[in-house]
Amino acid sequence: MNLVVFSGPPSSGKTSIILKTIDALKQRDISVGVVKFDCLYTDDDELYEKAGVPVKKGLSGALCPDHFFASNIEEVVQWGRSMGLDMLITESAGLCNRCSPYIKEIKGVCVIDNLSGINTPKKIGPMLKSADMVVITKGDIVSQAEREVFASRVNSVNPKAITMHINGLTGQGAYELSTLLYDKEKDIETVQGMELRFPMPSAMCSYCLGETRIGEAYQMGNVRKMDLGDDYA
Amino acid sequence: MIMHNKVIAEIIEKYPFVEAYFEENKLDIKGHENKTFADFLNSFSQEEIEDFAIDKESLVLNLEEYINLMKSFLGIQEESGIQSLTILPGHDKSENPEGFNELTIRKSEIISIVGPTGSGKSRLLADIEWTAQNDTPTGRTILIDGEIPDKKWRFSSNNRLVAQLSQNMNFVMDLTVREFLELHAASRLVEDVEGTIEKIIEAANNLAGEKFALETPVTSLSGGQSRALMIADTAILSSSPIVLIDEIENAGIDRRKALSLLVDEDKIVLIATHDPTLALIADRRIIINNGGIHSILETSEEEKELLVKLEEIDHFVQGMREDLRYGKQLTK
Repeated sequence: MNLVVFSGPPSSGKTSIILKTIDALKQRDISVGVVKFDCLYTDDDELYEKAGVPVKKGLSGALCPDHFFASNIEEVVQWGRSMGLDMLITESAGLCNRCSPYIKEIKGVCVIDNLSGINTPKKIGPMLKSADMVVITKGDIVSQAEREVFASRVNSVNPKAITMHINGLTGQGAYELSTLLYDKEKDIETVQGMELRFPMPSAMCSYCLGETRIGEAYQMGNVRKMDLGDDYA
Repeated sequence: MIMHNKVIAEIIEKYPFVEAYFEENKLDIKGHENKTFADFLNSFSQEEIEDFAIDKESLVLNLEEYINLMKSFLGIQEESGIQSLTILPGHDKSENPEGFNELTIRKSEIISIVGPTGSGKSRLLADIEWTAQNDTPTGRTILIDGEIPDKKWRFSSNNRLVAQLSQNMNFVMDLTVREFLELHAASRLVEDVEGTIEKIIEAANNLAGEKFALETPVTSLSGGQSRALMIADTAILSSSPIVLIDEIENAGIDRRKALSLLVDEDKIVLIATHDPTLALIADRRIIINNGGIHSILETSEEEKELLVKLEEIDHFVQGMREDLRYGKQLTK
């Protein structure tokens, strides 16, 4: 079974791109399942179900979805194998743009959209920088110039990645992506022992542990203070 | 390693474009110019590395990759561009062979594309953009200059084969026309930025019904002005040799001039349109049906005559539009 990890900011078009790509894979008789990771809510699983794609969803709730991903990916892989899939796709939305769920040796695809602004490539960390492929969406509604500027900025933070422009509505470009994703020779039996491409932040403070009260007295662990300068009084 | 033992100042001197790399990766090299890039990265504390999510190893490798990409990008810009695009037939959705033998479109040529919604226009465009080699659902093959194209057209983010202009496009950046063009010119590594901007604004104003200034915010341009600026910018600044236009609304812009501007800049122009005034400007048109190219029609003499008539009507309507705009009473 192939494993592909999709990541990207909320509403960038991940689900549309995955659905269009699955259409293209189905034409080649490749069976695909999806596991959707999210934080509080998602109804994307219904979209996959409607398209006849085997799907599971995992809501991380109080946990960071990327941490939740790392703790569950092995079980998810085993589910995919038991379903007899040729390819398993995981989809997750980065929340703080600091983490990324990519695993070494496993294809990682980042989906970002032209509407998010040209400074976005600078703001997104490892989720964009360590992806193997970057899919840029919503190109049909911004000018050619903005598309070119956006792509060149993506290129400067991740020159190694293959950058593709895909239209999530018409599917233009999705077939091409599908040919890059599937590798007949690749068979992932387990991800046990594999490594994340980038360590997640080691934040652990009293608020991570459920503290709700504000004030110095309640701040413990990894606490950091903003530098507001000393020109205020 | 190109810059293994070079200090940052030397790298910048040799490849001025690397400043964009440092900038986009939020690496403030000020005061570190006399260090090598690796030494500069080593000056970060463990805490900073975690805070800024710095991956030293890949930053070094990526800098190398970036320099190579940009060097080849600059090299390509110096080449004369492509001369022709050839489409070899595949089949439609029902596996029937397409109704043509070989279609070659040369630079400065305009070809129109017609067919109902969902007939396969997007697929045709995707085939061209991907330089299909009998490896897409249509089985088409795309040749550039009569040969199997270089892979760079598929994978490079800076060298796209096709630039697109469609009805739904908007400017989303909050910038003036000048700032906007400066930004685009910088991303294309243009040397004479000021000259290029002048050229674009002049061309855009030549197309637009109502003129606009460099200090106008792009978001407050009218529909016609926006289209004029997008077309002038694509003609002059975009590196893509093929331009696909998805309709041009007939308001506030001189469409014939817009097309000649693209042609004068050596572009290959494809227009998907059902507006006869636009479709008949092309010498040939591609008829798409059921996912395949059904046939290719030459624009007949009779159609050319019709076009003259259509343009007269067009001119008549445009004139009234102008008169209305300037507060005149319309007369017969």
